[in-house]
Amino acid sequence: MVERTPILNFLTHVILFLGFVFCVAPFVIVVIAASHNLKDVNDVPMSLLPGSDFWINIKTAWTTADLGPKLFNSFIMAAGVAAGKVIISALTAFSIVYFRYPGRMLIFWLVFITLMLPLEVRIVPTYAVVANVLSPYQTILDLTGLSWLIEKISGVQVSLSLGLLNSYTGLILPLIATATGTFLYRQFFLTVPDELTEAARMDGAGAVRFFIDILLPLSRNNMAALGTIMFLWAWNQYLWPLLITTDQSHATAVTELKQLIPNVGGIPEWNIAMAGTLIVMLPPLVVVVVMQRWFVRGLIATEK
Amino acid sequence: MASITIRDVYKSYAKMQVVHGVNLDITSGEFVVILGPSGCGKSTLLRMIAGLEDISGGTIAIDGAIVNKLEPRERGCAMVFQNYALYPHMSVAQNIGYSLKVAGVPTAERTQRIQAVARILELEQLLDRKPMALSGGQRQRVAMGRAMIREPKVFLFDEPLSNLDAKLRVQMRSEIRKLHRRLSATSVFVTHDQVEAMTLADRLVVMNGGRVEQVGTPSEIYSRPASRFVATFVGAPAMNMLEGEVTLDGLSLLGGSRRLAVSRASLPVGSKVAVGIRPEAVRLVAPGTTGALNASVDLVEELGAGRVVYVDLDGAAFSVMTSEAVHPAPGSAVGLQFSEADLHFFSSETGSRLDVFKASVPVPAL
Repeated sequence: MVERTPILNFLTHVILFLGFVFCVAPFVIVVIAASHNLKDVNDVPMSLLPGSDFWINIKTAWTTADLGPKLFNSFIMAAGVAAGKVIISALTAFSIVYFRYPGRMLIFWLVFITLMLPLEVRIVPTYAVVANVLSPYQTILDLTGLSWLIEKISGVQVSLSLGLLNSYTGLILPLIATATGTFLYRQFFLTVPDELTEAARMDGAGAVRFFIDILLPLSRNNMAALGTIMFLWAWNQYLWPLLITTDQSHATAVTELKQLIPNVGGIPEWNIAMAGTLIVMLPPLVVVVVMQRWFVRGLIATEK
Repeated sequence: MASITIRDVYKSYAKMQVVHGVNLDITSGEFVVILGPSGCGKSTLLRMIAGLEDISGGTIAIDGAIVNKLEPRERGCAMVFQNYALYPHMSVAQNIGYSLKVAGVPTAERTQRIQAVARILELEQLLDRKPMALSGGQRQRVAMGRAMIREPKVFLFDEPLSNLDAKLRVQMRSEIRKLHRRLSATSVFVTHDQVEAMTLADRLVVMNGGRVEQVGTPSEIYSRPASRFVATFVGAPAMNMLEGEVTLDGLSLLGGSRRLAVSRASLPVGSKVAVGIRPEAVRLVAPGTTGALNASVDLVEELGAGRVVYVDLDGAAFSVMTSEAVHPAPGSAVGLQFSEADLHFFSSETGSRLDVFKASVPVPAL
């Protein structure tokens, strides 16, 4: 039921406005701090009137932290994660919802378990695997004695090695392997009327055809929503990129922000740090603004 | 053009059997309507023909070839769904042409065939619209177009008119009939609406509880229902049913409170029967008329062209359909008269029809 009285209207708008201020205030302070010079930003209390050094600070932050290539790295990682996630979730959900095969429920629960064991929990084994993707296979070969056998027969020592540290693949792949997207798609696929599937079958479309021609176009909004969420999530990743990129050339913008944060005893250049933060904040903001329309539609119930 | 042969077809879901051994022959070019209440297995049967449901037992053959294991697309059937099942993201033209696209028909030929179908269905102005921007009747026509464009051997209709309003339903009904005359493709039409069934069918199949109760032309089914179920299900208002027992001098109805002098022919004295009389076969006469059953009026329903008079016959509900300008007041007494030929007799135990009465004379009440 929707109440419509002037007093309630006014009250809801007041609450809405308070929420807005609450959300936007820290952001405003960052912008103001980024426009001060070194002296003003360290005044207590800091002046809430904007200073005049905004562009200088931005430029300094950009060069100090070498943000150009870092932003590029971040973008590759976030876009890769978003795209990979959208594709892999759509495929797994398609398999789980539309096919009956032995072990379907087992796979479903395996996927589900990744929800309860996020990357942070299994970060050590994940690191070990990424350091050498083939190490599990090596272990299997060693334990079963197969590598010994191969060595005896052919004289070749089996030593499988494929390292993904300091690579885009290593940055992206472990972040893709989570279940959230699969569930979003599963819920959506379950709302697609059975008759549509049957109509496609009557029209002669096979499973792949149905997936590409019917399901994917129908889930455009979901894709946009999931893509946006995943882009933001991947962009904001800190722990994993920090762990796996020992080489500066693959560092991401978010981890590199650390370069701008004043060390203990260093010059308290908070204005530069804030300016850097603003730069790093910008790309996800643009993505949200552009995708917002589909994003919202994808998260609310689809119109029938 | 294809014949369909259904032999001993069963369907069970897990432990529940829903279709119990159906046998049916549909000849080429015929329009067959499967009629039954919801849950009687009629849609399941249709979907088994289409290939959307597995067949648990028995065989279905199209043109003599058993299709049990064939995919829907290999059977040459096209189906119109109850909710139309149009692809919401495709335009009308894309919806209609999708099966051709899947089949790899070149764009030029596809466009031409879409145009041809659209012309027949008067959809030419709407080809660029999305289903969302169409009215119910237009969506229905697009769904038909999607089925037609494949030039299928068999048309399957799964209650396609039940989502339309009453007026449109009548209109689409005649359009489907016209279309069938034009394409003369074998059609199987599932519905729970008996008017739809009667008007469309060359042959009518009445199903109940997963079994075929009767197969016949609409008039056969109306005039000689094979079972008590068919008798009460087909015809509106429903056929009156009175429980009775065969006595030496005729029939004793309603536990002996009413008696009819009918020739009991081959029925043994003491056998329990259900006597059916169509409301339109009963005449209202003045109360106390010799040979008429006396009853009191409960309610009169005005239909415009006629009226249905609901009367109370010693506690049993009984309806009379009359086109005469009589307006008996509720509570007033009336006499009911009917002829022996209009009586239908069914076994009380099995519900099947008992054929014993011939004479076309008014039945005197005793």
